Amino acid sequence: MSRRVAERTRTGVGSSVPRIDGVPKVKGQFAYGSDLWADDMLWGHTLRSPHPHARIRGISIGEAVASPGVHAVLVADDVPAFRFYGLEFADQPVLAWEVVRYVGEPVAVVAAEHPELARRAASKIVVDYEPLPAVTDMERALDVDAPRVHPYGNVLMHVTIEHGDPEAEAEVWVEGYYETGMQDQAPLGPEAGLAVPAEDGGIDLYVATQWLHVDRRQIAPCLGLPEDKVRLILAGTGGAFGAREDVSMQIHACMLAMHTGRPVKMSYGRVESFLGHVHRHPSRIWMRTGATREGALVSVRARILVDGGAYTSSSAAVISNASTFAPGPYDVPNALIEGTCLFTNNPPCGAMRGFGAVQVCFAHEGQMDKLAVALALDPVELRLRNAAATGTVLPTGQAIGGAAPVREVIERCAAIPVPPDPAPGIRPAVELPGGVAGNVGRGERVRRGVGFAVGYKNHGYSGGFDDYAEARVTLSTGPDGPVAEVHSAAAEVGQGVHTILAQIARTVLGVERVIMRTSDTQVGSAGSSSASRQTLVSGGAVKAASEAVLEELFERVRRDARLSGAELGVDAGVVTADGEAVAAIEEFLAQPIECTRIWRHRETSPMDERGQGDVHVGFLFGAQRAVVDVDEELGLVRVVQLATAQDVGFAINPQNVVGQIEGGSAQGLGLALMEEIRLRDGQITNASFTDYLLPTTLDMPPVEVELVEEPEPGSPFGVKGVGEPSNVVAPAAIVSAIRAALGRDLQRIPVTPDDLVGLRPPPGVPPWPPSPDVPGPAPTPETAGIHRTGEVPAPDR
Amino acid sequence: MLVRTSVNGEWREADVWPGSSLLYLLREHLGLPGSKNACEQGECGSCSVWLDGDLVCACLVLAAQAHGREVRTIEGLAAGEAMHPIQEAFVQTGAVQCGFCTPGFVVAVADLLDLEPEPTDAHVREALSGNLCRCTGYEKILEAVRLAADRMRLREDEL
Repeated sequence: MSRRVAERTRTGVGSSVPRIDGVPKVKGQFAYGSDLWADDMLWGHTLRSPHPHARIRGISIGEAVASPGVHAVLVADDVPAFRFYGLEFADQPVLAWEVVRYVGEPVAVVAAEHPELARRAASKIVVDYEPLPAVTDMERALDVDAPRVHPYGNVLMHVTIEHGDPEAEAEVWVEGYYETGMQDQAPLGPEAGLAVPAEDGGIDLYVATQWLHVDRRQIAPCLGLPEDKVRLILAGTGGAFGAREDVSMQIHACMLAMHTGRPVKMSYGRVESFLGHVHRHPSRIWMRTGATREGALVSVRARILVDGGAYTSSSAAVISNASTFAPGPYDVPNALIEGTCLFTNNPPCGAMRGFGAVQVCFAHEGQMDKLAVALALDPVELRLRNAAATGTVLPTGQAIGGAAPVREVIERCAAIPVPPDPAPGIRPAVELPGGVAGNVGRGERVRRGVGFAVGYKNHGYSGGFDDYAEARVTLSTGPDGPVAEVHSAAAEVGQGVHTILAQIARTVLGVERVIMRTSDTQVGSAGSSSASRQTLVSGGAVKAASEAVLEELFERVRRDARLSGAELGVDAGVVTADGEAVAAIEEFLAQPIECTRIWRHRETSPMDERGQGDVHVGFLFGAQRAVVDVDEELGLVRVVQLATAQDVGFAINPQNVVGQIEGGSAQGLGLALMEEIRLRDGQITNASFTDYLLPTTLDMPPVEVELVEEPEPGSPFGVKGVGEPSNVVAPAAIVSAIRAALGRDLQRIPVTPDDLVGLRPPPGVPPWPPSPDVPGPAPTPETAGIHRTGEVPAPDR
Repeated sequence: MLVRTSVNGEWREADVWPGSSLLYLLREHLGLPGSKNACEQGECGSCSVWLDGDLVCACLVLAAQAHGREVRTIEGLAAGEAMHPIQEAFVQTGAVQCGFCTPGFVVAVADLLDLEPEPTDAHVREALSGNLCRCTGYEKILEAVRLAADRMRLREDEL
């Protein structure tokens, strides 16, 4: 649909222009949160709980205050106003008092002249803890006699989705049990920012985040300031992947800056970063899938548990998402899906790329492979037979209204050439699983396997959330011709949204020079850089604002050039009438044109008590095929190739889209094979890059990418979000390939060498856990009367 | 303690805490934050610099160890507005996303291509396995290395 437009403007939508922040980034000149510096600045440091659950009997700060170079030591009583924050519910203490609920919970903060002085002072704070019984297992948390994380119990949210006849019988059933580990987003840039006290009594906070305005909504009540005195400016952000959705150091740095009257920088080290942000929910999933003998799906029954950790964060949305996506991107006439998120004394879990869809994809695709075996059908063929399409009614009762090229995604992925089998004989060690350093054999017991997975994910916020973005576009005359300036609060976290927004402004306005203003709170909210939504929502806002500017420009042209009847256009800095050049755009820009617009996607609705609702605004589909070599003697895996096809609507910047797909695949490979936060009694035992392994150049294979472009109705330029589907499908595809190589069931990711050599046998299918007795379907904090973020806090809290 | 180090060809002095790393000296005392602080354990390569011509993780070197020695950082790779061919290739191929790992990668690639102007893909993967990138999945970084190697060889041939 927009191809014609794309061809018109060389650097507009549809072209792989280099990212606008590329040059400063390669030269080391891009200022990330941790690079910020101010005259006279102090360094903040956080003291954290060593206990998963304990009562605080007292805190003694005298010795810390007296330490050299120390300017402030603050505890809960020093929080200026409201003492809680949280993305959805304000249930998380800014600084703990009375009780700590997880290892790593902030208890006190220190500001000093040097980070080492701050660390030393923090070590002199004496906290008198009385350890309490902790619950660190999600199934144990369901027990009525389990220790309670909160007074209102351990169930954070319970979702039930009933579709068709939940008791429907089928000719063939397969049953499975699946577990996924706790994954860390591990953005390379640590949590960091600089808080600067302002002369008006307010505060300026430069910070690496995903959503400036929701940070401010949480910060301002805690500082006791009106929102307009809390100004946030986006610092360079070194990746996010969900880790920066929740507040980390923001309120602490502002408190220390207000208390000392000096700029305060806080920059987490890697260990603290593991403690200081939420993680991907670990999950346990029981699933029963029924089909006809011909391979048509009849019913899916699923029981999902996820561990939300100690506080709510975005868990309610994650368990909702996981439940809605549990059956897979298929036409399933009957379903009964129950999802429960538990509070435990583990570190809080929240947003990570894929947001609930990753865990259930591992389960529903495991089921499809089992079903293919039971029916003696080709696994790709089985998926094709059941593929959802536009109009398919999902278990929530929602009919897919937009593009749903599921069949095409599967077919295009399956058609990507498979790499040739290795030549017989001894293979060079560099090609073996484990490589030169890890493989001590000669590859005698290396087996090759191929696996396939299909998955889906929503873009935009769901469940009735008012999802909008504001953007301001100004067209003026610069020294070298017309210049458009785009002001958007959309957080550029590395995904390239600022480049995309500039391309949109170029295309609409027909000008080459577009300046992206630094994102800040001087323009309205853009919503979060999450849920694959910024190209859709902020893209929609920039398009709308640019079109409004263009309309005003045309008004001037019609008035000044007396062109009332002609069809006006712009191209390469020139105004055209009926295709003929009229004059340079600048002729009409004696006064700049500025327009601010808000764009929101169509309304959705929350699920009712039977899980029915028009929940998601649109769907993104992806298929992936993995080819792996597995050394069954050593338990080592080498992924040989990942091939993927993804439904992207329209690629505004194809190179960028492919980059998102490759990067999402890499994070999926990490979850499949190596990435897991390991906990012992609620304590993270591998909080470093030495112990928490990320995929390297030796782990990642080439990724072959096919873009399927079917424009999404109602989206600007027909776009769909692109960041998540590859991350959703990669773990399922890779484990499918390992199962195929070994002929062995694997139920848990990450798959470890112990699993592969049989040292950790698969658990089979344990008993399905009971449904909790909670007033559904609202999140429990809501029914317990916990303050919802954005509402005016009660004075006594 | 007073440390005197040649950084990108210029002798600099700073009064540092004895436990400071070379990375802290560069970033916080000398105003050179291009070398990044992603893991501070020598695992991610984001702080890669040259110390007397050897590629090191600046987080694992004490500032004091750099006393009297020559350090070259990402900021010293191409002066002013100029771009090194490796930097150009990273921008052009889409090898940069969040960019936090990029300075370390650019330095590591420069070191690799200096030692081996025509590396195989396997060699490149081995040489860069000490640099972590969380955004790209490495595909486009490998593409950037191939492009940069080709261009640098072409320039060599022209000279």
